[in-house]
Amino acid sequence: MNIFVILKRTFDTEEKIQIENSEIVDDGAEFIINPYDEYAIEEAIQLREEHGGEVTLITVGDEESEKQLRTGLAMGADKAVLIENEEIEDGDPFSTEALLGAYFQEKEIDIILGGNVAVDGGSGQVGPRLAEKLGINHVSSIVKIEIENGKATIERDVEGDQVTVEVSLPILVTAQQGLNEPRYPSLPGIMKAKKKPLEELDLDDLDLEEEDVEGKTKTVDRYLPPEKKAGKILEGDLDDQVKELVSLLKSEAKVI
Amino acid sequence: MATADKTVRGGGFLLEEVTPDHVFTPEDLTDEHKMIAKTTEDFILDQVVPEIEKIEEHQFDISVRLLKEAGELGLLGADVPEEYGGIGLDKISSSLITEKFALAGSFSLSHGAHVGIGTLPIVYFGNEQQKETYLPGLATGEKIAAYALTEPSSGSDALSAKTTAKLNESGTHYVLNGEKQWITNAGFADVFIVYAKIDGEHFTAFIVEREYEGVSFGPEEKKMGIKGSSTRTVILEDALVPKENVLGEIGKGHVIAFNILNIGRYKLGVGCVGGSKYGIELAAKYANERKQFKIPIAKFTLIQKKLGEMAAKTYAAESSIYRTGGLIEDAFAALSDEEQQDGKAVGKAISDYAIECSLNKIFGSEVLDFVADEAVQIHGGYGFMSEYEVETMYRNSRINRIFEGTNEINRLLVPATIMRKAMKGDLPLLEQAGSLKEELMMMMPQEVEDEPLAQEKYLLENGKKIFMMVAGMAVEKHGEKLEKEQELLANIADIVSDIYSIESCVLRTEKAIAKDGLEKAKQKLLMTEVFSQEAFNRIEAIAKESLVAIEEGDSLRTMLSILKKLTRHTPVNVVAKTRMIAAKVIESEKYVL
Repeated sequence: MNIFVILKRTFDTEEKIQIENSEIVDDGAEFIINPYDEYAIEEAIQLREEHGGEVTLITVGDEESEKQLRTGLAMGADKAVLIENEEIEDGDPFSTEALLGAYFQEKEIDIILGGNVAVDGGSGQVGPRLAEKLGINHVSSIVKIEIENGKATIERDVEGDQVTVEVSLPILVTAQQGLNEPRYPSLPGIMKAKKKPLEELDLDDLDLEEEDVEGKTKTVDRYLPPEKKAGKILEGDLDDQVKELVSLLKSEAKVI
Repeated sequence: MATADKTVRGGGFLLEEVTPDHVFTPEDLTDEHKMIAKTTEDFILDQVVPEIEKIEEHQFDISVRLLKEAGELGLLGADVPEEYGGIGLDKISSSLITEKFALAGSFSLSHGAHVGIGTLPIVYFGNEQQKETYLPGLATGEKIAAYALTEPSSGSDALSAKTTAKLNESGTHYVLNGEKQWITNAGFADVFIVYAKIDGEHFTAFIVEREYEGVSFGPEEKKMGIKGSSTRTVILEDALVPKENVLGEIGKGHVIAFNILNIGRYKLGVGCVGGSKYGIELAAKYANERKQFKIPIAKFTLIQKKLGEMAAKTYAAESSIYRTGGLIEDAFAALSDEEQQDGKAVGKAISDYAIECSLNKIFGSEVLDFVADEAVQIHGGYGFMSEYEVETMYRNSRINRIFEGTNEINRLLVPATIMRKAMKGDLPLLEQAGSLKEELMMMMPQEVEDEPLAQEKYLLENGKKIFMMVAGMAVEKHGEKLEKEQELLANIADIVSDIYSIESCVLRTEKAIAKDGLEKAKQKLLMTEVFSQEAFNRIEAIAKESLVAIEEGDSLRTMLSILKKLTRHTPVNVVAKTRMIAAKVIESEKYVL
C-alpha cells in the first residue's frame, strides 16, 4: 500500500504561549509533532505492518520541521518529504493545500492520513481541502479503521457518538484521539532514522509560483484569552441572592 | 565530543588552561540525543510515574514489567555493544537516559543498578562466552542485574570483604560463603556481580545467578527513602558457582570494583542533575500557586533567592557533569572497537578521570540535597506531608551522599589521586608549585576588564593559584603524613571541586555566547556569575581555615597576606542577579536556560 501521512510541527502542548506585537514568541519553546498527527503516523505504521507497502511522511514548514520528520521516521515511517514554505507570505490552510496538492498530483495514493486538527492554528481545514483538491473520499475524526479489498471500514467520532462508514480507496482520513496509542521512537529506531531518505522540496520543485500559494486570509490580530477573574459567592437571604444574580447577569455579564 | 584534538587529561584542568572547544556542553547535544532524551522522558512520565505509588509499596512485579518495557525501547542497551544485543551508543546518550530516569524517583535506582553497576562489569570485563551468555538478556530486560560488593562489616573499606570462595574438589565450581548487604534489585534480579576472596585472599569478581544452589535472600530492608527499590541481603551458603563464571582475572576484582565505581559515581551525578531539575520544577510551580498575604509566595524575594540559587547550582552541576561525560566519551572514542570491550583499556581510560568522577558524585549529590531541602522549605508545612512529592524527593535524595563511596571517601580520593598523578609525573603539579611560590611573593592585584565572564575567569585563575598554594603548603608541612590530615584533604577537595565547577560554567557559557549571542545566553551568564562568586567566597574561607591549620606565626601572616591579594576583587551583586535568575524560573515554572 502507498501510505502517506501529512503532519505539522507545533508548539509543545505544555508550553505557555506568549504574544508580543500580535506575534507568538517561539524563542526557546519546545516543539513536537502535532499530537493528532502522531495518531496518524501510528495508524499508518500499523497499516503497513498489516498490509505491507511504504509509509511516507510529508510536512509543510521550515528547516526546523526536519526534527519532527526524523521523529516520525524513528517511530517507523520509511521516508519523508519536507516542503519548504519559508518564502510564502501569509501562509494559511489554502497555501498548505496548494503545496500538498501539487506534491500529490503525480502520486499513486491508497491512503493519506492526517490529524483531525493542529493544536496551534486549529483550522482543521487542510485534510478536507486536500481531499477535495485531489478528488478523493475523505473521512474526518476517525477512531478506528480497517482496510480490506480496496475498501475501508471506518468508525468516526461524532460529538462523542460513533458512526461507522464504508468507503473505497483511495481515501484521506483525519485522526481523532482514541484511534490508537502512538509508540515511542525506540533507540534503535532513532539511530536508523538518521539514515532514512528525507527529500526537501521548494516551490520550483513543485512547479508553483508564489502567487499560486499565497494565503487567502489575513491575520488581523492575535491575543490571549482574558485572564479568568476570581468567582463571587453571593450571600444573604435567598430572594436577595436571586435578585442580585439576575441583575449581575444583566449588567455585568450581559448575558440576559 | 569536544571538537579540538587536544585531550585534557584527568585532573589536567587544575594546571592547564582549558578553552571552550575542549569541553562538551549540553548545548552540543545532537538531534538524536534530544530524541533519546524525549523518548525516555515520555516513557517515564506516561508509563512509570502513574505506577510509582505501587512501586513504593514494593509491588516489584511492576518494576520488572517496566524494566522489560524500557528494554523494548532500547533504554537498557545503550552501553551494551550491538553484537551482544545492545545498541552501543555514546556515553552522552546513556547519560541522558540516566538523567531522565531521575524523574521516576526510586524506580530510577532499579534502572541504574541494572544498566550501570550490574551490566557494565560484564560489558567491560566479561570474556566472549560470558558476554554472549548474559548481555543479550540484560540489554532487553529479559534478565535483571545487580551488584553485590558491600558486606555488613565492609562498606567504605570494600577490600576487607569476608566473603570467601574455594574451588571444589572436582575443580568445577567455586564454593562461595558470606553475606552481601543492601543489594539493590536483590528482590528480583537474575544475575549478580559478587565479590569474594578466593582462599580468603584473592579478591575476585564472580557472576552469580539467582537460581544457583546455596543462594538465598534476606527480607526487604526498611529504608528512609528510595523505598520503591528492592534492597535485600544476598546470602551465600556453600553457593555453587561454575568456575567459568569468574569475571576478569583472579585476584584482580578490585580493578573491576573501582572502575565500575568511577562510572557509577559519574552516573550518580547525572541522575542528581535530573533530580535537581525536577525539584526546581516542583518548587517553582508551588511557589506560583501558593498564596499568603494575598499574593503568590513566588513574589517574595526570599523565595526568589531560593529558586535562583537552586537554578544556579543546578547549572553548575549540569555543566560540570556533562563536561566529564564528554571527557569519558572522548577517552572511549579514542579506543579501538576491541579495546572498548577490554577491561584493562577501558579501566585505564575511565580511571584517568577518577578525580572528575568523584567531584561529580560529591557535587551532584550535594546540589540535589540542597535543592530538595529548599524545595521542601518553599512548600512550608505541606512539604512535610507525604501527599506532596517533595517529601518523597527529600527522603530519596539523602542516600546519594552515602552510596557509591561516601562523599567523605570521595573527598579523600580527590587529593590522593592528584598526588599520585603528580608523583607518577602525569600531572606537572610539583614543578608548577615551585615556580608559583616566587610569583605569589611578587604578585600585584590585577585590574579586571569589563567584558562578560572576565571577572569569573579572573576568579578562576586565582582559585587555581590558591589551590596550588594550599596544597603545596600542606605537602611541604606534612609530607607523607598528609594522609592523616583528613580535614585538610577534604578542604583541598572542596577547593578543587569549586574550581572544576566554576570553570565548567565559565567555559559552557563562553561557548554559548559565541554560538547564540549574549542575549540568548543571558540566563547562563547570570547563573555563572552568581555561582562563581559564591564558589569563590567558599574557596577563600576554606583556604584561610586550611592555612591557619598548616602554618603559624610570621609564615602564616605572609601566607594570609598572599591569600588576601589573590582574593581581592569587587564582588558581583549576587542578590540582584539571583532575583533575575529566579524571575525566569518562576515565569517558566522549571529550570530553563
